[in-house]
Amino acid sequence: MSAIITTPKPAPAKEVVKDASMVKQKEMMAAHYDRLTSAAETGEKVASTFVPGNLNELLMCFGLVNNLPEVNAIQNGLRRTSGAYVLEAEKIGHSEDVCTYVKSDVGMMAKGNLAPNGKKFPNPDVLLLSYTGCFTFMKWFELLREQYKCETIMLHTPYMGDGKITPNMIEYMVKQLKEEVIPKLERISGVKFDIDRLREYLKKSVTAEEDLVWVLQSAKHKPSPIDAYFGGIYYIGPIFGAFRGTDDAIEYYKFLREEVAERLGRGQGPVTPDGDMGQEKYRLVVEGPPNYTSFRQFWKMFYDEGAVVVASSYTKVGGVYDFGFRHDPDKPLETLAEYCLGVYTNRSLPMRIDMLASYVKDYDADGLLINSIKSCNSFSAGQLLIMREVEKRTGKPAAFVESDLVDPRYFSAANIKNRLESYFQMIEQKRTSARTAA
Amino acid sequence: MDASLKTSATGPIVARAQALFEDLSFTAAREWKAAQPGRKVIGYMPLYVPREIIHAADMLPLGILGGGDQLEVIHGDAYYQSYICRIPRSTVELGVSGRLDFVDGMLFPSICDVIRNLSGMWKMMFPQVYVRYFDVPQNYRDEIGGNYYVNELVELRHDLAELRGKPITDDELHRSIALYNENRRLVRELYAFRAETPWLAPAAEVYLVLRAGLVLPVDEHSTMLRAYLTAAKTEERPRRDNCRIVLTGAFCEQPPLNLIKSLELSGCYVVDDDLLLVTRWLTSDVSTEGDPLRSLATAFLHHSESTAAKYEPNEKEKGQHLVRAVARSAAEGVIFAAPSFCDPALLDRPMLQHVLNKAGIPFIAFKYAENSGQMQPIREQAGTFADSIKLWSAA
Repeated sequence: MSAIITTPKPAPAKEVVKDASMVKQKEMMAAHYDRLTSAAETGEKVASTFVPGNLNELLMCFGLVNNLPEVNAIQNGLRRTSGAYVLEAEKIGHSEDVCTYVKSDVGMMAKGNLAPNGKKFPNPDVLLLSYTGCFTFMKWFELLREQYKCETIMLHTPYMGDGKITPNMIEYMVKQLKEEVIPKLERISGVKFDIDRLREYLKKSVTAEEDLVWVLQSAKHKPSPIDAYFGGIYYIGPIFGAFRGTDDAIEYYKFLREEVAERLGRGQGPVTPDGDMGQEKYRLVVEGPPNYTSFRQFWKMFYDEGAVVVASSYTKVGGVYDFGFRHDPDKPLETLAEYCLGVYTNRSLPMRIDMLASYVKDYDADGLLINSIKSCNSFSAGQLLIMREVEKRTGKPAAFVESDLVDPRYFSAANIKNRLESYFQMIEQKRTSARTAA
Repeated sequence: MDASLKTSATGPIVARAQALFEDLSFTAAREWKAAQPGRKVIGYMPLYVPREIIHAADMLPLGILGGGDQLEVIHGDAYYQSYICRIPRSTVELGVSGRLDFVDGMLFPSICDVIRNLSGMWKMMFPQVYVRYFDVPQNYRDEIGGNYYVNELVELRHDLAELRGKPITDDELHRSIALYNENRRLVRELYAFRAETPWLAPAAEVYLVLRAGLVLPVDEHSTMLRAYLTAAKTEERPRRDNCRIVLTGAFCEQPPLNLIKSLELSGCYVVDDDLLLVTRWLTSDVSTEGDPLRSLATAFLHHSESTAAKYEPNEKEKGQHLVRAVARSAAEGVIFAAPSFCDPALLDRPMLQHVLNKAGIPFIAFKYAENSGQMQPIREQAGTFADSIKLWSAA
């Protein structure tokens, strides 16, 4: 008898409340999936690549459509199909210990490779292995290459082990772009590279990046008009995915900014799936990816208690923009290198600690919460030290919960809820003692 | 210590290697350092670092491979969740318990995200120690990955020179390269000897003798290798009716010594493996003329082992190193032994197994931790594998 993984579904809820920007984003994603799944008919060529180190502007120079296996795994998590895919991958020999994004992807392929719109994903014409901030990426695309038998282009991003970008790193990456990535993309796409076209896309990226940063930093206000983790995941979708460098992204982030500005003007907190959040009681910084198989249930544990996430590291995996970096159209290849080098998971542990500690201070947060992901060593290895160090530097309490990306077997709702409640009590206690001391 | 070690020709050599292996205070390295004022020790983790540069700076390269099954991890567990492999936690334990307090620098090679992140942790936990994440290119063109790597080596050379207080000359590097060339030749000879006559060079002995090279100065280790080879060739040992296997996946966190012994006891001669790859990462001699850093880079790009931590640009080549290892050592099967939660080994495994399937090479797979204590299931699995190979061969 084969094992069956079922994720307990919550009781039918009232209709999910969404910001207009969320609805818009959903439409953009749906249109993108339609574009991808109709690639065979339209003749468009497809490049699979990763969110960290995503070179969407470059791919667009060759008319290639961007497909992101991580985003597909997330979609499968949200749609509760990833559990069966993970199991399928384990059945065909993948270890229970490794990344569940990979297994969800491999399992999805084995089960028909269907996109969220129910149509079959096209086979990629090229795998752009942007090896940035995560060792698993390298193995993932070796595994996909084995299946698809298509050309794979490696772009190796050195790790910022010493907390700095050196000229050697930039030179290495630019050389790879010039002598490996671009010539191969030209050959595969049949389109000649035009650096001015790249510059134009990069200019558009900057406009969207400005608005994204404004939105993320709006959480410094009290109450915060956004949730920078659960809501933030919607906000980063277009810019981390297939839209950076497009007019669509400019339009979306302008729209989002206006929407958030209105909420800010009205003194409103974030919109949650159950409507307006109500009183903001706790302001948190969150480190680590969320769980996607119980995403709403996880989020509800926060907003039910009046907890809003004011800053998160996960919303920086596809680019860290809030410390000043913007794509620079005047140095098109160098800026792509710098972008890849600077993504969150490519930063050394001390850099990550600096970032998180500064978030706690700058966003006047009550503390740091870490959601540690069982199958993501890039994020998880070292998080206990991060927790202690941020606590020490900020004097604010930190807490630790554990779950997984898209494997429903590792989401223990009762356990997480228990820990969160204890954490909120801890914050209350800390506030009381601070008041007493004053 | 095994009493028989005292009486056989190889006995004293293996006994010395085993004593080094069991000494988690690294007494030999401490004594080496204390023997002359100003000496420095540079620790490194798997998979590979160019030890020649450390040696050329008159420093001792010291391989740090976790705590094995003899170290009780008390503090280390406070740094890692249960779903992360054991080598970083036991390495942290070695650090916080003061066992590495004589180590002046630590190199963390590019092997996986756990070791990568440990480099940052080490910087924070031991700020007085020189710490470097040792990145290597995944692009193997001389003018791209090669140039990047040479510049990384220039930085390492510069840092170590600062640490010792004077530059590292090309002549010093050439001398060190020559010594390590000799050491690698001896290691290759030992592996060839074992593949030829595995009953004369038991896997556990080869492992111990090899592992001594991670603690001893290179010339001393070469002497040990020569002595072992000479002694092993004179030894009379019974030839068992074992099958011949290649052990793979154990390139980082080390299996317990008992696991290696158990494989042979259950009927599998280990005729090749990927244990302690640093000792034979470079597969041919490095040039001792010209720019020494360029020579090390060329060797890394074009004459180094294949393993899961390295990108294979050519899909057709994926896993072929294993097929070649089987052919070279006349092995009859492959045992995949990977540490629990080891991303590189476990993500690579399905691809390698597909290649073996196509080549008609039988295999089994299991996981271990460096402190695994229960060997019975492994013995049963390996024993059944050995039996099945013999049955198939007979058919």
